[in-house]
Amino acid sequence: MILAAGHDPDRIDILHHLMDSEPYFHVADFTLFGQAISLDITKHVLLMWLAAFLVIVLLTSISRQKGLVPRGLRNLIEPVLLFIKDELAVPNFHDKADKYVPFLWTTFFFILFCNLLGLIPGSATATGNLSVTAGLALCSFFAIHVTGIRENGLGHYLASIVPPVPWWLWPLLLVVELVGLVAKPFALAVRLWANMNGGHIVIMVLMGFIFLFKNFLAAGISVAAATAIYMLEIFVALLQAYVFTFLTAVFMGMAAHPEH
Amino acid sequence: MEGLAMLGAGIGAGIATLGAGLGIGKIASGAVESIARQPEAAGDIRGSMILTAALIEGVALFACAICFMIQAKF
Repeated sequence: MILAAGHDPDRIDILHHLMDSEPYFHVADFTLFGQAISLDITKHVLLMWLAAFLVIVLLTSISRQKGLVPRGLRNLIEPVLLFIKDELAVPNFHDKADKYVPFLWTTFFFILFCNLLGLIPGSATATGNLSVTAGLALCSFFAIHVTGIRENGLGHYLASIVPPVPWWLWPLLLVVELVGLVAKPFALAVRLWANMNGGHIVIMVLMGFIFLFKNFLAAGISVAAATAIYMLEIFVALLQAYVFTFLTAVFMGMAAHPEH
Repeated sequence: MEGLAMLGAGIGAGIATLGAGLGIGKIASGAVESIARQPEAAGDIRGSMILTAALIEGVALFACAICFMIQAKF
């Protein structure tokens, strides 16, 4: 039984079950800095590729459409793109919004597709894997600092990491700001990962009640509650894609316009 | 010992939820109040509300993830 994976057959190893990283194709295993790294193709990797493929096909086909009046799927996508541009990019980048909005669009749609594909029964949520969200957060990390360096120049950007304060406060703030540099992408990664897994865990626990109580009343209540949580997960999938993009945009804006 | 660890994980998750709920509730109450006072600033207020709520939620999720790891370890 899938629930009983792990060392003790009577215990449910939820983390193992969530990761579901049985490789489909074996590619390579190696050790880097004492850390075992596997390049095998798992369900998460396949769904991540599918999400990337869908984003590329959908967005490029829409961007090639001629004319001001949208047709077909462009009606669905264009308001979302405009919303991200007007609500996220323009307030943070002002007149330079056009330069940075493609990154935000790509981030939003990739995370959204990963989240939504994970809600199809039988598939897996790629963003529910800490490695995937850590990779996304690493992209955000580089985007934040590249934005800062492009807008201010390397010297000015490095000098602006610590805001202007009395000199005796400077070393303390340097430590705080350097921790903050790492904490931002770390928080982004863990937030997305935990949010995507939270709903799945609740659904699994609700389904577990059926096996625990073994009667029809519990089954009915469990299925109804799991359906409600599933609906909530659709909302969370949209919200977390938005929050990730929003926070990335805010941090990029903060790097582009440091305090004087 | 194992039971105590489980108890700790459960209580920890509960306390984290309590804190996050109180914090996000305070943000929401403040935001609704200020939107009612100044409806034209609704967009800005909503933006900062989501930002701070997401930050609080992040901290609460760290706590939950740690509880989860305790649960998985024992």
